[in-house]
Amino acid sequence: MAEYQNIFNRVQVRYPPYPGVPLPSGNWPRQGRGVFSWLLGQFGDPQVGPFYLGPLGLASIACGIVAIEIIGLNMWASVNWDPIQFIRQLPWLALEPPPPANGLRFPPLNQGGWWLMAGFFLTASILLWWARMYRRARALGMGTHVAWAFASAIWLYLVLGFIRPLLMGSWGEAVPFGIFPHLDWTASFSIRYGNLFYNPFHMLSIAFLYGSALLFAMHGATVLAVSRFGGEREIEQTVERGTAAERAALFWRWCMGFNATFESIHRWGWWFAVLCTFTGGIGILLTGTVVDNWYLWGVKHGIVPTYPQVWQGVVDPATLPGAPK
Amino acid sequence: MIPTFPLAFRIAAAVAILVTIGAAFTLDYPPIDVVQRGYRGVGMNENYNPRLLARQEEANIVPAELPLASPAGPKAGEVYHNVRVLGDLSVGQFTRVMATITNWVAPKQGCAYCHAGANLASDALYTKVVSRRMLQMTRHINADWQTHVQNVGVTCWTCHRGNSVPSEIWFTDPGPPHAGGVAQDWSGKNHPAAAINDTSLPADPFTPFLLHDAQIRIQSETALPTNDYASIKQTDWTYALMIHFSQALGLNCTYCHNSREWRDWSQSTPQRVTAWYGIRMVRNLNNAYLQSIADVFPANRLGPTGDVPKINCATCHQGAFKPLYGADVLKDNPELAGPSPETLHSAATAPASTAVAATSPQ
Repeated sequence: MAEYQNIFNRVQVRYPPYPGVPLPSGNWPRQGRGVFSWLLGQFGDPQVGPFYLGPLGLASIACGIVAIEIIGLNMWASVNWDPIQFIRQLPWLALEPPPPANGLRFPPLNQGGWWLMAGFFLTASILLWWARMYRRARALGMGTHVAWAFASAIWLYLVLGFIRPLLMGSWGEAVPFGIFPHLDWTASFSIRYGNLFYNPFHMLSIAFLYGSALLFAMHGATVLAVSRFGGEREIEQTVERGTAAERAALFWRWCMGFNATFESIHRWGWWFAVLCTFTGGIGILLTGTVVDNWYLWGVKHGIVPTYPQVWQGVVDPATLPGAPK
Repeated sequence: MIPTFPLAFRIAAAVAILVTIGAAFTLDYPPIDVVQRGYRGVGMNENYNPRLLARQEEANIVPAELPLASPAGPKAGEVYHNVRVLGDLSVGQFTRVMATITNWVAPKQGCAYCHAGANLASDALYTKVVSRRMLQMTRHINADWQTHVQNVGVTCWTCHRGNSVPSEIWFTDPGPPHAGGVAQDWSGKNHPAAAINDTSLPADPFTPFLLHDAQIRIQSETALPTNDYASIKQTDWTYALMIHFSQALGLNCTYCHNSREWRDWSQSTPQRVTAWYGIRMVRNLNNAYLQSIADVFPANRLGPTGDVPKINCATCHQGAFKPLYGADVLKDNPELAGPSPETLHSAATAPASTAVAATSPQ
């Protein structure tokens, strides 16, 4: 069987656990000495740890635990502390935002107050984790691309749960914390605001989402396909084009006349991923605040096709004289 | 080299395979019949699983009807005592209705389900009082709600199907047991329920929409914001009601709507108009007929909050696009065609206890 046609890693390197480069002053020491896992080595690096905790990480985990506790205990309370029903109904259970009539006031705990608190702690946890990613990248002398990509996702999260509800004047507009409930929320959101598919920023976001998957598939497949020529040594191949980079480039030029390089493909991937949530956030932010019905907005701007009417004369019966209420 | 997997990994893999095989049994397998109704490209299609339809057909057979009776001869109201609704029928017709009702509603229990002992005129059993109100309701539907039931009408069988209590009824949902206290209150949603196809939407959209007349329309009528403040949470309730429609009729949303713009009547099918009247009809019947006999029912027939059993779309439709696939049941049961009790007396506004007596033709 060919070496490169494999789902799992073909090579697991074992060595004394590598503790990492020395950390700048002011950093906490890394926790643990590092262990090896055969199973994880099938998918990634077999070495697990040492782990850098640090004050930001500690604070983020603490806030995250508080948020998950608030959400989980309220879910459990909603089945009257029945452990079996908690497991069975878990995908349906949720912590709901306050009723719309509450506006932006701090609601009673049992009327969405817990939701507001969970949202606060979850947001704190996420922002602290962002700061930690930024600081860890700097401590290693890396660029901060990962942190900024994460920031794009945080933007969408903040628009959904914080910025848009603020602009709409109601916490009730925000997303519930729950597995099915947050999915049903997206459907209701689209229905209420006249079909999100006519929102151009939603269109862009979908294009970047599917584009990300396409680019990742093209890139992953290309590098795996030239790995027998050393293609996974992408940095070396970027600067000194070896046969792997040359073949990969030639393959795409043959197929579609143009090719990314071993460097630029990563910029393509990064921008597509970042723009997916960035444009998505803009689309959500405009919904209900600037546009109230995207279908009618689309009609106004000529992006909605018209079809021949199959049924003639269907009128709203509520507009007929003498109609029941 | 064949890699060796640890035991835990093998167990996990075995469980995953079993779950996948189990999940495969929950799917609808091809062939599925697709019926295009809208203009090509708009996706207004109905999907039917022929295996499920075959099973449904058995449940939607109209039972053999007794031979029609002559309307000539003395009237039941003149011959029998205490006939308050069907007094306008001939004795033959009246007897036929009584026999048919027994087949439809109490085939096992027989006449004694409603009639106490030898005195057929006695109102001692609550079931008789309920039946009388239900007969008024049936005539009211057939006479006054042709906007929904057309001229094929309804009979007792439409809902009862041989059961004393129709299989599809609803009560106001008090919600599952909650811890209460400072823990979040029940918001009406986030628990699975068959009526809403096991979504996390509100499980009882019936109380606000089919008993009370809460606002169903939530989509904005204008491209830009004006003064429409319908919320996303409100949309959840409308969405739940629409899922009930779909469940009760065994149809897609697109049977009535063009899903690209739900609210737009000009892109909707004529069936949406029928459904619109259906909502008003069910609301009217729940309030004017079922609520009006609230103190007639014994406690064991009432819901968890002490409310009367009520109807929704599924009560008649039972999974079919038209109840009994649109069979003309009124043709075979002209006794139930009318006259409308509404024209005789406004039953909707009469107090419960007097409504029964007041609607008597005499």
